[in-house]
Amino acid sequence: MPAPTIDHTLDEILNLAAVHFKVPREKLTPDDDFFKTLGIDSLQALDLLTRLEHHFAIELPDYELQGVSDFRTLANRIQARL
Amino acid sequence: MNEFKGRTLSWQIVNGSIELALHRDPCNEIGSLTLDELEKFAAALPGLANQAQALIVHSTLKAGFSAGADLRELFQRGQVMEKGAALRGVREFLERIHSVMNALDAAPLTTIAAVHGVTFGGGFELALVCDIIVADRMARFCFPELRLGLIPGFGGIPRLKRDLGNAVVRDLLLTGRSFNVMKAQQIGLVSQIAAEGEALRVARATASQVGKFDRRTTAAAKEFVKPIPYEELKRELDIFCDLYSRPVVEEGLRKFVESTDAQPYLP
Repeated sequence: MPAPTIDHTLDEILNLAAVHFKVPREKLTPDDDFFKTLGIDSLQALDLLTRLEHHFAIELPDYELQGVSDFRTLANRIQARL
Repeated sequence: MNEFKGRTLSWQIVNGSIELALHRDPCNEIGSLTLDELEKFAAALPGLANQAQALIVHSTLKAGFSAGADLRELFQRGQVMEKGAALRGVREFLERIHSVMNALDAAPLTTIAAVHGVTFGGGFELALVCDIIVADRMARFCFPELRLGLIPGFGGIPRLKRDLGNAVVRDLLLTGRSFNVMKAQQIGLVSQIAAEGEALRVARATASQVGKFDRRTTAAAKEFVKPIPYEELKRELDIFCDLYSRPVVEEGLRKFVESTDAQPYLP
């Protein structure tokens, strides 16, 4: 099965974040700083990472996320593991 | 003491199992006060064990099982004491926590860690003394100590080496990365995965099962399959103390304590 496109991956991340953190999906855009938009701290960021790993069935070492704060870059990191 | 309600932890016997509940905000950081109460528990354990079939260790806090050692207290100790006294204090703290961990490790009944969320550093090491780890789907494990210029000091590496392959241990220790419950089960660390919020229920069901067996047989089986690596534990403590007095450790602790980084839990 071919890997999903980056746009598809990005869309799934935004959907998952919207549902879990109870933010209207239309308020989330790819270049948002997810710490600010979702109003999350580092512990909740770990929670998001775990949910994304489960959703995409991947392992994403957290050092790859150091300094990453926008959905688009996050999607690129995940895409590289699919 | 069949029941205790402390500031950092509590215990009681529920349906034939001892339940040790951690509840120190924000995420069960293990400092002097927790150690005092863990020592109380270790002292009470032989008496409790006579009346119970299993021990379950869990956290009542949403954030997780435990974020590990109280780094703020460790940093403050270095700030207010002269170096020699601070090092002696750290060694004494570690010797005391090793004594508690060894008592839990050798407990003559089946011990179960029911973990969720953050299970890092000393919290991970506390889970590792238990015979069985039941993990919530959202549990996350990590040994972040190397970024502080230290190695884990509560007995984690010898116990991880006891249970897992050395290559896996090197990966977890040398990268300091956190990993999820699927990985934890894949490498043989976690016995059972529970749905979100269900780890304690699953641990209770497991405790009920192990309680069906003859106690003497359980104790003999446990002693046979779970030897305590005393020599390596002592070596770990010495290495930790050798590393502790260096400026890089003070810098690492200061960086963590004073951090305004949005990602201080990411290595």
